[in-house]
Amino acid sequence: MDFDKELDARGLACPMPIVKTKKTLAGMAAGQVLKIVATDAGSVSDMQAFAEATGHQLLASQTQGPEYVFYLKN
Amino acid sequence: MGAGDFPAGLEEFIARRVDELVAKKVEEQMAQLKPKGPPSMTIIATKGTLDWAYPPYILASTAAALGWDVAVFHTFYGLKLLLRDLSGLQVSPLGNPAMPMKMPFGPQWFRDISWNMPNAIPSIVPGFETLATSLMKQTFKNKGVASIEELRRTCIEADVKLIACQMTVDVFGFDPKDFIPEVSQYCGATTFLPMAQKADVSLFI
Repeated sequence: MDFDKELDARGLACPMPIVKTKKTLAGMAAGQVLKIVATDAGSVSDMQAFAEATGHQLLASQTQGPEYVFYLKN
Repeated sequence: MGAGDFPAGLEEFIARRVDELVAKKVEEQMAQLKPKGPPSMTIIATKGTLDWAYPPYILASTAAALGWDVAVFHTFYGLKLLLRDLSGLQVSPLGNPAMPMKMPFGPQWFRDISWNMPNAIPSIVPGFETLATSLMKQTFKNKGVASIEELRRTCIEADVKLIACQMTVDVFGFDPKDFIPEVSQYCGATTFLPMAQKADVSLFI
């Protein structure tokens, strides 16, 4: 999947993956796609909830071994 | 004049129309009463130990990331969280019966051991709280948990209002000069309670 920016949230525990996602999105243009890689198991449902609450579209949510990869549209 | 005087069908028509109109009117009035804004939350932070410093700032920064309006009212020992220098925050297993004491170093089988601390040990052994505090800080670092400094900075950047309870500042002898400059106001319960009432979520920690 295409993306405009990647956020490495590996090794960060709640709430940092979401907090950093919010911060990174704020610096991006509308419509751009952010790829987030996290190792926090809670981030799977957190990303979903964040997308619903803020109106950003969660394009994909994948598990790749011990990592979770998300694609969020700004 | 009774029901029998209306032509057939008119009564049901009127009843249906009235229902529609009333529903619409009620919706309009309700919309005027509560203008739609972002969800809001108030937190009362009363504890000043390292472990209990986390819940208020994690909840506040997460809510702020979701776009909520958040205010944290620091009172009693929660005022310690407003100090510029947070290195004094400690944690103690004394009287903390549910606190799991696991060593944050060594092989995994060693780390999995839960050390049951009878209250006598922290209360008699000097320096035990310092030990427990550094073990907890190491545990947080291992697990990638942010420090209180970082979480507080995140809250400030996200416009979370950090409020200090003026009364307990006086009672416990805190000097406002020792607090971070970002404290948005010093006030009492009378000012704070209406904020809590208007908020969607109000928490006491």
